[in-house]
Amino acid sequence: MSLELVFQYLVSPTFIHGAIMTLLITVSSLVFGLLAGFLLALLNQVKFPPVKWLTVFYLWLFRGTPVLFQIIFIYNVLPTFGIRLSAFASGVIALSLNEGAYMAEIIRSGLQAIKSGQRTAGMALGMTRTMVLRHVVMPQAARIMLPPIGNQTIGMLKTSALVSVIAVEELLLVANQTASATFRYFEALSAAGIYYLALTTIFMAGQYWMERALEPKRSRVEKRSLLSALLQPAEDKH
Amino acid sequence: MTNPAFLEVTGVNKSFGPLQVLKECSFSVNKGETVVLIGPSGSGKSTLLRCINLLEPPSDGSIRFQGKEITEDLRNADKLRAQIGMVFQNFELFQHLNAVENIMLAPMKVLGYSRHDAHDLAVELLKKVHIPDRADHLPDELSGGQQQRVAIARALAMKPKLMLYDEPTSALDPEMIREVLDVMTELSADGMTSVCVTHEMGFARRAADRIIFMEQGSIIENASSDVFFGGEVSPRAQQFLNQILH
Repeated sequence: MSLELVFQYLVSPTFIHGAIMTLLITVSSLVFGLLAGFLLALLNQVKFPPVKWLTVFYLWLFRGTPVLFQIIFIYNVLPTFGIRLSAFASGVIALSLNEGAYMAEIIRSGLQAIKSGQRTAGMALGMTRTMVLRHVVMPQAARIMLPPIGNQTIGMLKTSALVSVIAVEELLLVANQTASATFRYFEALSAAGIYYLALTTIFMAGQYWMERALEPKRSRVEKRSLLSALLQPAEDKH
Repeated sequence: MTNPAFLEVTGVNKSFGPLQVLKECSFSVNKGETVVLIGPSGSGKSTLLRCINLLEPPSDGSIRFQGKEITEDLRNADKLRAQIGMVFQNFELFQHLNAVENIMLAPMKVLGYSRHDAHDLAVELLKKVHIPDRADHLPDELSGGQQQRVAIARALAMKPKLMLYDEPTSALDPEMIREVLDVMTELSADGMTSVCVTHEMGFARRAADRIIFMEQGSIIENASSDVFFGGEVSPRAQQFLNQILH
């Protein structure tokens, strides 16, 4: 057991590259997953039945099969149809498509949590549907969606390790290869674990910061305590 | 009549599936008039109100606003709604914005006001509804009566030519009803054309030029305030009045 070796692994170009790869896979899958989810959530509200059924089929397909299966399928089966993608691209596409299905549900529940009266009030002021969605519904829905999206983000960071099966040089593959070559399992895996925890910490801090930013600004008046709020009506009677 | 009415509703029907909620409703409102819509719940008052700004497009019939037919082109409904203010039973202030921001949003996004101008307008309107000191409060930091007055200010910020009130005091505690009705009465006195669904007969008596009584989707009484409260009404309307005035 050598802590020095753990440190050497941490600063070695291969591990740094692996960590960057993991971060890149996670962030791109998350961004594309969010876009796919947003599109699916909006299509799900279309009143034309075939469109709605298409979204239901999508959710069924991508939530109903393992992510690992989807990664291997896209990497190995698409080339037989003449679609050749790099391992990295295959991995990101598979993770994004999969993530989209879960994000769609999170976004849909967030949008549905905003009562229709808020939309009606926006429309009554002469705003278009897009303005209402952008300025009335989304800012409120974002606060509801953020915690589950934070969950998904951290989940995605760990799920990204699965793309090691199609030989994308991400963190876990790098650690495992290093360990196999040197039999320094503890040191190599610890280095990878430290990177995972560091990345998770960054994501959690980001989520906390975004939640704070979306919180409506309370007025500066001092908060009445529960007790004084309860006493207030009684005082008014005198 | 030489001048066409400011708002003219003619033969409006509205059905939700097999359920017909409005039957051949016709009435008109002149500029500067305040008209109060009364009737038992489920009589179609709110639906009729929502037809006027096309939140519920009529199934058929005609609505003319400032001489122009509005039911034909629903794609421009947002342009119509920008000229018609609406106030709701449950206030429906935007929960993520404070009082001034609630008032500023539509003028900025729809009318293209700068943030600075919109803010000035909002502050001025909060004065008009008598709560200048609540500008930076969120809706859940305001009482019901204050929320409704901010909602009125929000509607006024669009400089509407017509105000629609949908039971504006039904969700309020008795002591807050007064402060909202006072604001509405002041607006009517200033010449704001208004259509108001309400059960507040005191307000109707004070501010209304005309009373329309509805039942089961039909307008069965349309009388000037003096005539209506003078007792010259149909037996059915009189019965309803007795019930709510008990």
